[in-house]
Amino acid sequence: MNPEKALMTDESEAPEILAPSEPHTQTRIDVSAVAAMAGQRADTETVFECGDINVYYGDFLALRDVTLDIAAHEVTAFIGPSGCGKTTFLRCFNRMNDLIEGARVDGTIHYHGVNLYQDEVDPVEVRRRVGMVFQKPNPFPKSIYDNIAYGPRLAGVKRSALDDVVEGSLTRAALWDEVKDRLKMSAYGLSGGQQQRLCIARAIAVQPDVVLMDEPCSALDPIATGRIEELIAELKTEYTIIIVTHNMQQAARISDMTAFFSVQANEMGHRTGELVEYAPTSLIFTNPDDPRTEAYITGRVG
Amino acid sequence: MSVLTTPAGIATGAADALRRRPGADVAGSAFKWLLIGATVFATGFLAVLLAVMIVDGWEVLSGNLWHFLTHGFSQRSAAEAGVWQGILGSLQVALVTGLFAVPTGVATAIYLVEYAQGSRFARIVELNIRNLAGVPSIVYGLLGLAVFVQTIDGFTKGKTVIAGGMTLAAMVLPIVVITSVEALKAVPDSLREAAYGVGATKWEVLSRQVLPAALSTILTGTVLALARALGEAAPLILVGAATGFMSFGDANVFETFTGPYTALPVLIFNFARQPGADWGVNAAAASVIILVLVLAVNGLAIYLRNRFEKQW
Repeated sequence: MNPEKALMTDESEAPEILAPSEPHTQTRIDVSAVAAMAGQRADTETVFECGDINVYYGDFLALRDVTLDIAAHEVTAFIGPSGCGKTTFLRCFNRMNDLIEGARVDGTIHYHGVNLYQDEVDPVEVRRRVGMVFQKPNPFPKSIYDNIAYGPRLAGVKRSALDDVVEGSLTRAALWDEVKDRLKMSAYGLSGGQQQRLCIARAIAVQPDVVLMDEPCSALDPIATGRIEELIAELKTEYTIIIVTHNMQQAARISDMTAFFSVQANEMGHRTGELVEYAPTSLIFTNPDDPRTEAYITGRVG
Repeated sequence: MSVLTTPAGIATGAADALRRRPGADVAGSAFKWLLIGATVFATGFLAVLLAVMIVDGWEVLSGNLWHFLTHGFSQRSAAEAGVWQGILGSLQVALVTGLFAVPTGVATAIYLVEYAQGSRFARIVELNIRNLAGVPSIVYGLLGLAVFVQTIDGFTKGKTVIAGGMTLAAMVLPIVVITSVEALKAVPDSLREAAYGVGATKWEVLSRQVLPAALSTILTGTVLALARALGEAAPLILVGAATGFMSFGDANVFETFTGPYTALPVLIFNFARQPGADWGVNAAAASVIILVLVLAVNGLAIYLRNRFEKQW
């Protein structure tokens, strides 16, 4: 990202988008506003409670001691430089790290009170409730219809109900009008942005509780990105959304809470990520606590 | 020419600097011609081989083909001898080979890639299988004789189609495993993650996504392995593909699998051993026929692959 541009945007645009009630010129938020935001947040239900999450790849520590809570029906953004462990952390929420050879997660993630990392938990059931959208659109090599119907079929949705599920999911993903006449055609024939919305539709077709998004717009042009962002804003009413993004304006535009991760290299050169700051997005981008956060969001670092 | 120039120098010298220069990329063109030469040699060699066989076997192929295809072996004269038993025996052996080698090989590959991926055990097994693919076929013949013909003769009934097929199955098994492993590894992880992401179990990911995606490549490799088995003579001679014994009598098709048999490559070997030029003609003609057979099998593989690739 162009540091100058990031700097400019953060100072001139971000407050307008994030806190419409605040005057444009205000760069520091007064204490009562912070308290009000914190109070608001305390009302919402907590979906995930993470306690001392450490993730190892083989012997080396990729992410250190992350403790944070994720609130329901909010968009939580993870930002930070490459290698800071934000994607690694995201994949902890639906046990996707189980699939990586040698990956190990220490600590607890309570999902509605249940620790996802205890032995009795079936990762398959976790993934039905916590869906995922990946960095690169990855539709199945099947028709548009079958892409959406795949998950519901596995979950046991009856054939007669599938049409409605497919239409409903594509409608909610703002794709229905574009594809309703070619449902039987290959998903690979869609544009990149359409494919990503298809992947979002596929994720919500199994009626999850949470949708994880791993840099969902990094392969898309600004127009397609804009559509996905609109979509996220709409989906938030039904789902809890956690999104990893490299684009700080995007985090500022769409998220309610932002977690900033940083990376430290040890003497061996191994890089370990850690959570630096977790706060309402408006605070992070206007009045960060930690100098590292400020350096990053103003474009001096990263 | 790639000396850094000032902007002004670039502007004034552009017309000259950008001109195509003969000899600028000699190594590149030399390499290209080397590649073309190698391709011509490889295909030319095959073309000559095919032409020689057709010319040598022309007497039979042009005049006597139907008789040659529909009659069995005869000791009396080259003109009476045919390859009917060989064609049937080869197809039967290939069928048994496929039945044993394909499920075992594909299952091994699935285990190695999807279940034991990255483990020390998997790496050792894979390395050994790659080495096994280089073992000469005659060694597999000895193995077949010791194991399939003698040790488990209760099942194979001795020197039968089943014993021959199992021997060739052991021979092509490494090839089936290796090509299947490569096919499975070529399936992108993003596809697996997508399926896991909507709550698929490992079995569902494998059966509905990974295997269908790898199927066409697995199929191609498998058929190529079978084509190699079709052309093998040495191990089959060891495990008892006899010349000319294949009297059906009252035996039905199933019973012939536990009876004596012969195969096309073995027949070719025997034709070629006989004294006299007319037997040589038979050997050449039979070679052309086996080539056509292998070509047909490969064609079938291509057809199946295209069909499966479109059908998702």
